[in-house]
Amino acid sequence: MIEDRTISGRIFSAFNYTLLAAIALASFLPFVHVIAGSFTTNAELAASKFVLIPKVWSAEAYQFIFSTNTIFRAMAVSAGVTLLGTLLSILISSMMAYGLSRRDLDGRKPIMFAVVFTMLFNGGLIPTFLVVKELGLIDSYAALVLPIAVNAFNLIILKNFFQNIPDGLEESAKIDGCSDFGILFRIVLPLSMPALATISLFYAVTYWNTYLNAILYLDSSAKWPIQVLLRQIVVLASGIEYSSSLDGAVPPPDQTVKMAVIVVATLPILLVYPFLQKHFAKGALLGSIKG
Amino acid sequence: MRHAETTAGAMGHSLPMKAGRRGELWRRLRRNKWLYVMILPGLLYFLIFKYAPMYGLVISFQDFKPYKGIADSPWVGFKHFERLFTEPDFLQILGNTLILFGMNLLFFFPVPIILALLLNEVRVSVFKRTVQTLIYIPHFMSWVIIASISYVMLTMDGGIVNELIAYFGFQKVNFLLSPEWFRPMYILQVIWREAGWGTIIYMAAIASVDVEQYEAARMDGAARFRQIWHITLPAIRGVIVVLLILKIGDVLELGFEHVYLLLNSMNRRVAEIIDTYVYTAGLRQQQFSYSAAIGFFKSFIGLLLVMLANRLARKMGEDGVY
Repeated sequence: MIEDRTISGRIFSAFNYTLLAAIALASFLPFVHVIAGSFTTNAELAASKFVLIPKVWSAEAYQFIFSTNTIFRAMAVSAGVTLLGTLLSILISSMMAYGLSRRDLDGRKPIMFAVVFTMLFNGGLIPTFLVVKELGLIDSYAALVLPIAVNAFNLIILKNFFQNIPDGLEESAKIDGCSDFGILFRIVLPLSMPALATISLFYAVTYWNTYLNAILYLDSSAKWPIQVLLRQIVVLASGIEYSSSLDGAVPPPDQTVKMAVIVVATLPILLVYPFLQKHFAKGALLGSIKG
Repeated sequence: MRHAETTAGAMGHSLPMKAGRRGELWRRLRRNKWLYVMILPGLLYFLIFKYAPMYGLVISFQDFKPYKGIADSPWVGFKHFERLFTEPDFLQILGNTLILFGMNLLFFFPVPIILALLLNEVRVSVFKRTVQTLIYIPHFMSWVIIASISYVMLTMDGGIVNELIAYFGFQKVNFLLSPEWFRPMYILQVIWREAGWGTIIYMAAIASVDVEQYEAARMDGAARFRQIWHITLPAIRGVIVVLLILKIGDVLELGFEHVYLLLNSMNRRVAEIIDTYVYTAGLRQQQFSYSAAIGFFKSFIGLLLVMLANRLARKMGEDGVY
């Protein structure tokens, strides 16, 4: 479309570009502020009223948080849960989605209904907790993965994507003697890379961001993922091993230290974001439009 | 397996019509057996982690004791539901929940629509892509990160917002602890995290509008606002209705995690919602049956509302969600 060159059109454009630029900056500047704040000294942060680019650079906050292995351990827990959880989720979801994408499968309608119904109605917090407890998963890493292993929305996106792959490809593979597993892993999945990338990102983000299930199901603080530790350091500022290991009184962590922990917990997502960004907008729509 | 098949086959011979169809079904099931194997793990997931908890809701009609289990706990009928509606606490919590829901509908729901309409008017594609990239980012941050960043920026000891307020000579504001700031803070965080991401679906709907309609409108001398009002908005009406229905179904799903992170002893009066109450009453105070009853009530109302909204939408000539 061409630019509107009337006077009112120009005024509208000027206003529109300014507003959108302001909104984009407003949603991103808090991250910049926190990143900048984490790389300066506490004195500098307190003295200069507005820190987007600090005058004094310092890595002392990072030296402090990495002086014990508390953060490393929490990061390792989160990374492990994210990696294994995403693999498991993708495996289970794509197998189920492929099965349900085959129109000749008896019973696919009632199964799909059962899946969609879970999006409208659920047993809620307490009954779910009791099931997890009954399975003996309390205080295990499995409790961070299994209760959220399949997401109905992600499953439907994958199913719709698989459905749009031309049947002819599968037919000819079958004539060549390929099994259903062979078709899924050698033909369907390689053709579905954009969808798989998107869904992997969604699952990975969910696992990395796990907080609620950790506070519900984990008893020992040694198993805490990074989100729980972050919460402890920023808001509660108590019960952290490194501050209690300091002698005498336990001062609340410095503002720069809090910012450094936020950066550490945010960084993995900010790092993968640019690579996956071009896929996910498209991927998110695959499911929602055809529903 | 093999034996069963021969039986089916034999029946097929003796009763050609009916069993023939059954034999065909059996052949299809057999041919697709690996597909069922593929579905099985996912199906087990839904049965164990979604349907077993739904069955577990029966404890809301019991005085459930964990060591007795569902089988041996005594049945008490609607006792917990009666308690629910006579508890003065509960009415306040329901009120808090409904207020947050209303704010969500009023102040959050229109934002992605307006943003998408504004983005659609941008002709410089680099600018458009940059803005989109930046406003999607917060969606991928956990509520812990959103709440933590808000915390370090809003805190009275050295938070940038309060430093700026003090710099301009005003009194510092205790955003984090004062009850009157809880609701604005909640809704601003929801907008910050979700408004950008919410534009995606509307942008897609807008993209399907025929460009010629705009050309024709321009020929007729329709200004930008009139084009938006008469062409773009009607084109995305269906999507808006569907999302509105889904939102209404989520009436009581305001994000337990989010509210829980903002909740503290000072703002509990306005910040306690059904979910956080279920957590406190259920897991902290071990009132399993009572809190399961609250959860049941919440899920049931949600389901009811989504069905109602869907019906309403169909009456108004829209497609609905199912």
